[in-house]
Amino acid sequence: MDAKTTYVLRLADTCLIHSQRLSEWAGHAPVLEEDLALSNVALDLLGQARALLTHAAALEGAGRDEDQLAFLREERDYRNIILVELPNAAASPSDGGSGRDFALTTLRNAAMAIWLELLYERLQTSVDTELAGIAAKSLKEVRYHRQHSNDWVVRLGDGTPESQARMQAALNVLWPYFNELFAAEGVDGVGPTWNELEPEWRARWATLMQEATLTLPRDSAMQPRGIDGIHSEHMGHMLGTMQFLQRTYPGGTW
Amino acid sequence: MSNPKNEWPLWEVFVRSKAGLDHKHCGSLHAADSAMAIQMARDVYTRRQEGTSIWVVRSEQIIASDPTEKGSLFEPADDKVYRHPTFYELPDELNHM
Repeated sequence: MDAKTTYVLRLADTCLIHSQRLSEWAGHAPVLEEDLALSNVALDLLGQARALLTHAAALEGAGRDEDQLAFLREERDYRNIILVELPNAAASPSDGGSGRDFALTTLRNAAMAIWLELLYERLQTSVDTELAGIAAKSLKEVRYHRQHSNDWVVRLGDGTPESQARMQAALNVLWPYFNELFAAEGVDGVGPTWNELEPEWRARWATLMQEATLTLPRDSAMQPRGIDGIHSEHMGHMLGTMQFLQRTYPGGTW
Repeated sequence: MSNPKNEWPLWEVFVRSKAGLDHKHCGSLHAADSAMAIQMARDVYTRRQEGTSIWVVRSEQIIASDPTEKGSLFEPADDKVYRHPTFYELPDELNHM
C-alpha cells in the first residue's frame, strides 16, 4: 500500500473506530438529550469514515469498496490510533461497573474534535481534491463536535468535586494515548505530518484544561502505534462485534 | 418520579424552518442552562434539516391561560361570524385568500 493510501486510511479508520465506540452509548447516555447528541456525533463520524474509506479504496485500486474495508479486514490492517479504540470506561471503578464512563468519553471527544478540526482545516488545501472536499464538508461537523464536547469538559471539570475528580482521572488515563495524535508521517501536498498540528493542539488543550480546572499530567514517553496496525487488546473484541454480521452472512445487505 | 431538585430545568424550544417564517413551538427538553439548551435543541429537534434558527425559553417563564377559563375566554367568539372577512366577493385570481 502506498504512502498516500495509508495516510487516508489512517484518518478513515480513526473516524470509523471512534464512531463505533461512541455508538455504544446509544440508549445509555445520562439523559435523553445527550443520547441524541452523542448519536449525532457518531453518525457524523461514520459519514466521514465512509467518504474516506471509499476514497482510500479508490486509491488502493484493488477493487475493494468501503464495506469491505470497514468490515472484512484483519485487525493488523486497521490503521486507527489506539485512543479511539479504548473502551468507554477505563479499568477503574469510575463507571460503577457499567462499562461506560461519561467523563472519559467526553474528554476523548473533546481531544478528537480539536484534532480533527486542525487536520481538516489543513486538508482543505490538499492537492488531492477528493480529500480536500471531504475535509471541507467534515469541518463544519467537527466544529460543532468541538463546541459540544468542550462545553461538557468545562462543565464537569469545573463542576462538583466529584465530577472534577472523575474528569481528572479520565485525563490521567487518556493522556499517554494522545501522543499518537502526532505520530503519522505526512505526504507532500496531500496532507501534513501530524506533528505539525501539535503546537496548536497543545495550546488549545492547555486553555481548555485551564478553564476546566484540570491538571495536565506529566508527558509520557509511550508511543502507541495503532497507525501501524499494532493495536491494544480491546481492538479484537470490538472488531468481533463490528464484523459479526458480514462474517456470518457474507455479502449480506438490506 | 425522581426528585425535581436533581433535574435540570425544563426549556421550551421554538424552531424557524426557513427565513421569513415564524418560529414555531416544537417541544421541550431539559438542560442545565441556556447554552446547553440551544445545543440540545439543535440535536433533538433539527436532526432532519428542520431548522435555520432556534429559540429556547425557560418553561417556567411562560404564562399560560387557565384551562378552566376556556369557556369565558374563547367561546364568546363562536357566534360572531361577522368578525371573519368571509362575506366579500373576490375576483377569481384571488382564490388563495
